[in-house]
Amino acid sequence: MSSASNVKPALAAVPAPIALSGETASAAQPGPPADKQRRFPRVNAGVDAVIRALAFVGLGFLKPVVAMARGEDPRIHLRQVWLDLGAPVLAIAAFLFVWSQVSSGIQTSLGQIPGPVAVWTQAKALWADHTVQREKEAAFYERQEKRNAEKLAEDPTAETSEFKYTGKPSYVDQILTSLKTVFAGFLLATLIAVPLGILCGASKTFNAMFNPLIQVFKPVSPLAWLPIVTMVVSALYVSADPVFEKSFVNSAITVMLCSLWTTVINTAVGVASIDKDLLNVAKVLQLKKSTQLTKLVLPSALPYIFTGMRLSLGVGWMVLIAAEMLAQNPGLGKFVWDEFQNGSSESLSKIMVAVFTIGIIGFLLDRVMLTLQNAFTYGNTR
Amino acid sequence: MRQRICVSVICGLLACTTSFAAGKGPEKEQLKLGFIKLTDMAPLAIAYEKGFFEDEGLYVTLEPQANWKVILDRVITGELDGAHMLAGQPLGASVGIGTRADVVTGFSMDLNGNAITVSNEVWALMKPAVATDEKGMPKHPIPSAALKPALEKFKSSGKSFKMAMVFPVSTHNYELRYWLAAGGISPGFYSPADVTGQTRADILISVTPPPQMPATLEAGTIHGYSVGEPWNQQAIFKGVGVPVITDYEIWKNNPEKVFGVTKAFADKYPRTHIALVKALTRAAIWLDDKNGANRKEAAQILSRPEYVGADYRVIANSMTGTFEYGRGDKRALPDFNVFFRYHANYPYYSDAIWYLTQMRRWGQIPEGKPDSWFLETAKKVYLPEVFMAAAKELIAEKKVNAADFDFTTDGFRPPTKEFIDGIEYDGRKPNAYIEKLAIGLKGQQKIEGGDVVGK
Repeated sequence: MSSASNVKPALAAVPAPIALSGETASAAQPGPPADKQRRFPRVNAGVDAVIRALAFVGLGFLKPVVAMARGEDPRIHLRQVWLDLGAPVLAIAAFLFVWSQVSSGIQTSLGQIPGPVAVWTQAKALWADHTVQREKEAAFYERQEKRNAEKLAEDPTAETSEFKYTGKPSYVDQILTSLKTVFAGFLLATLIAVPLGILCGASKTFNAMFNPLIQVFKPVSPLAWLPIVTMVVSALYVSADPVFEKSFVNSAITVMLCSLWTTVINTAVGVASIDKDLLNVAKVLQLKKSTQLTKLVLPSALPYIFTGMRLSLGVGWMVLIAAEMLAQNPGLGKFVWDEFQNGSSESLSKIMVAVFTIGIIGFLLDRVMLTLQNAFTYGNTR
Repeated sequence: MRQRICVSVICGLLACTTSFAAGKGPEKEQLKLGFIKLTDMAPLAIAYEKGFFEDEGLYVTLEPQANWKVILDRVITGELDGAHMLAGQPLGASVGIGTRADVVTGFSMDLNGNAITVSNEVWALMKPAVATDEKGMPKHPIPSAALKPALEKFKSSGKSFKMAMVFPVSTHNYELRYWLAAGGISPGFYSPADVTGQTRADILISVTPPPQMPATLEAGTIHGYSVGEPWNQQAIFKGVGVPVITDYEIWKNNPEKVFGVTKAFADKYPRTHIALVKALTRAAIWLDDKNGANRKEAAQILSRPEYVGADYRVIANSMTGTFEYGRGDKRALPDFNVFFRYHANYPYYSDAIWYLTQMRRWGQIPEGKPDSWFLETAKKVYLPEVFMAAAKELIAEKKVNAADFDFTTDGFRPPTKEFIDGIEYDGRKPNAYIEKLAIGLKGQQKIEGGDVVGK
């Protein structure tokens, strides 16, 4: 366990977890006016709970609004509102304006670069298409049922078929496929990375063994992994009726290979930087190794592990789009690829819709991980 | 005529008996078929949209694929049950050019449908060498000799002239090479040592996936390409290039795409295979029906993002009986896309053998082969018996006209001279045909050390 000082220099490039989770902290929290506090104790407690919850899930920027809504002195909060809400909204508005101005000036062979209006139109069109696909799906099942009924009427012993809808996936289906794939890859990555990280953090020898490999594999692009993964998967994953599509397996494994490393490194740092006094106490108490692991090492390394996982999920989501493009996994990556191939006058707008979807989902995933991180972290390292 | 009707009636009766004998549903009902975003995937889209697959009890999912290599690999590994393929792909796989695998076809999807496009820069250099009619419009077909000034210019400025086609065993590759060679330009030879096919080439030809052609041309990486629609019309709409010749003018009514499955699939699921061919045949008939009245609807369907996805006007340009060569030079070309007429769907051995002769001509088949080998290979890959079984069932179900099918053929189209250089092709005599082609490997010739050796 004394390997901490050796591990750290090699892994120094990893951002400290505290820096990342710091967003939840320190804005001044003046309480409600004293008289109101007295009059509505339960409401106030409720509002406080809301504020805490918002901060917890990373929506801290709504805090001042909630606080002002219950009649706190606006002057204290206004500057915070400006910083948390006003400035970002203004920046977004400025971005949209510059975008619409610049885009109309660039002529590509697919027509003008679409502005915000064209992108919004396509976003609505994709939603409309989704509803149409759902109707078609319903009609498909109806036809199938009818056909089965006819078959049974003709010959009661006949085998009927229960097939899934054969139409194209809608945009919403593609988003869900992407999410499923990224979580599959991320889960695999975590299952491998956390134990590996604990080993590396706990043992000097293991760290010396794995560190070079980790450093070599960490910067490899998904585009380089994918051909190898594809070949290996088609060689090993042979089944007449596979549970998962090969393209799904390929994409998920590629995501795993690329997102593994930050979790390994952060876990190792977390385990290695455990407080020496705690370990000494454990020795004095003659705790078993397994108890040490569950009662001391893991709890104190948890913030690091979660930071690593949060970074990993970010990397995984970024890598997934490229992997899906190549592996033809029917998610957002394939959507972008297909639209690029279509080369119609709407293609660029649709790709822009995908860019924003990818960005917003990436942001939400990060918030989810932050929330988890907060939920599982004890004490002041939160 | 009367004799023909008699034959078809007899065959129809036969079909009744056979289809009742085998009258069971398909063995495998849920299928995934791949396609490339080209207008000639239309039979698949139409068979799906018009419910022809479901009529046969098939639940089919159609999935666009990234490129021809991916399509072939995914069919071979079984991720796809079947796919829209280049006519040369099953043959190439069977001969072992690139990936070696047993892929077969019982359905030829269409005739014609390709064109060759050059960049604006090259067109400007070509133009003085192109003959014009009294209205000052270029006279079609434009021979490849018109490219020579452009080649000279490129050579003198030290640049190499590059063109793209879609796959080493693609129809586009052979059409491009045929056109160039007919005008005295060497497109280069393949050999076991040079799989890029650029040995002794005046023009360097390489592979680019169809949908990326216009973008690659625009980027200046290539100076021309040979590809299917809508990617030639797209070049005009984007203003990046000019289509100079269609494959209809290089070889009138040449076979283009096939529906390919693995031999293992065809053996294991014969009923499914026939059911697929039945649905595709009905789609092909629909596409050519009523003198092309359905084509507009077809173009509409194809312009959906899940199929070809290009703009309707781009797809309609070539699908509805016209073809736009340079901007404003729109000509009637009713046979540019043929899906059913001229027995387009029958997998003729002679069509297969033509592709094999071109593979031999350009060195993809490195050694000379006897005539018997050509026929044996064609018979291994092309399965007219599957197509005819499907046709007979459709006739028995009264879904099609018996008169539209050729029950008298022995698998060879009659010899034809309808090539741009007028050289006669007879599928029964492949080696004699190869001898007649000026540029190309003949007899036992081989490429060794970058040169043609032997005789």
